[in-house]
Amino acid sequence: EQKSDRRQSCLLPLVAPAGVHGAALLPTSTPVFFAVLKKRLVKLVVNFLFYFRTDEAEPIGALLLEHCRITKEEENVFSISFIEEPERKYCFECDSEEQCQEWIEALKRASYEFMRRSLIFYRNEIQKITGKDPLEQYGISEEARFQLGTRKQ
Amino acid sequence: MKLNERSVAHYATCDSPADHTGFLRKRVERHHHHAHHHHATSYQRRWFVLKGNLLFYFEERDSREPMGLVVLEGCTVELCEAAEEFAFAIRFDDAGARAYVLVADGQAAMEAWVKALSRASFDYMRLVVRELEKQLEEACKSLAACRKSPQRSCSSSRRRHLSNPALLPLQEKPTILENGYSTWGGGDDSLGVACPDRDGGHAKPPPLPPRRRSAASGTAGSPAMPESPVPPETACFSKLHSWYGQEIATLRREWQERQKRGHP
Repeated sequence: EQKSDRRQSCLLPLVAPAGVHGAALLPTSTPVFFAVLKKRLVKLVVNFLFYFRTDEAEPIGALLLEHCRITKEEENVFSISFIEEPERKYCFECDSEEQCQEWIEALKRASYEFMRRSLIFYRNEIQKITGKDPLEQYGISEEARFQLGTRKQ
Repeated sequence: MKLNERSVAHYATCDSPADHTGFLRKRVERHHHHAHHHHATSYQRRWFVLKGNLLFYFEERDSREPMGLVVLEGCTVELCEAAEEFAFAIRFDDAGARAYVLVADGQAAMEAWVKALSRASFDYMRLVVRELEKQLEEACKSLAACRKSPQRSCSSSRRRHLSNPALLPLQEKPTILENGYSTWGGGDDSLGVACPDRDGGHAKPPPLPPRRRSAASGTAGSPAMPESPVPPETACFSKLHSWYGQEIATLRREWQERQKRGHP
């Protein structure tokens, strides 16, 4: 299904007919909501959100989705903002409310940090139930990146 | 290609824990306009910081922003036969993307880096998470089957926790939500309950893309996951590799010097 394919990413060529309208907001003292809406094809690949002009194969830009916040704005609209500059919002208008929710859910899970916490969470839960560390079979149980409680963030 | 530069630099330099750090010597890549031009291979010592699937490098350990960024997707990390001892290379599936040759201080450092970098990709993390998610479901099911009262251990609220890690159980109180974003805005957000699951608690992560076929199957310790012949999208990332301005300025200077010396 094209809608979900577009959200996913990695493997499919860029043939989605309808992109997501996006606009970058310039920071101002009073939050002006919309500047110019440009039609962009938006593609989520791991923890990057690439955006393209609809007729071009190469991206014109990307957003790294770490330390960011995804917020539902008005109808069909969500925004991405970053921790060090929270008033600056990258707004995206979708074709439907359903599409908007799908994007929000996908983007919230798109950071490496979210993945990592999921992993630590599951590891811990499995260990509580089974008494065994599920990462041992992969030989990665000692990896620093998977340790519970050592990440203070 | 544009990137949210300030946010990236912030992420690189903020005090969120890094997965690996250290000095490495990085081979300087030059453009060879003529086959018979031999530039002596040189290396520059840089401070490297690995966070997730991103390898940043800085001019100095206390530099305020990174010189460059390598996105570790669609790549393999392998030992390489450079003239230098303790050298390894990051190579990409996309043939157009440049390789990175790095030199560690010693055997142990080299092995630690190769190990850390080999498992740094988002794809890898996601594979492991999916696998654990399945294991947890199975563990919970067999636990429920064993017990007389399945409600106790696998109540619907607990199942909500199991499938949505954003709602962590009570013993672990996260100070961050979602994409590593601390609670802010006057504590409006409680523990992820601000985003209730519309489908009743089974918000699963997006489905995994099929795993790419690794060029080097020798990444020790990687799980034996089903392989897929479909290659990852690397065209996007080739633009991000070695991205920062200073690096480009250096290349430009060298090119201009060569021009001045009369090389066409």
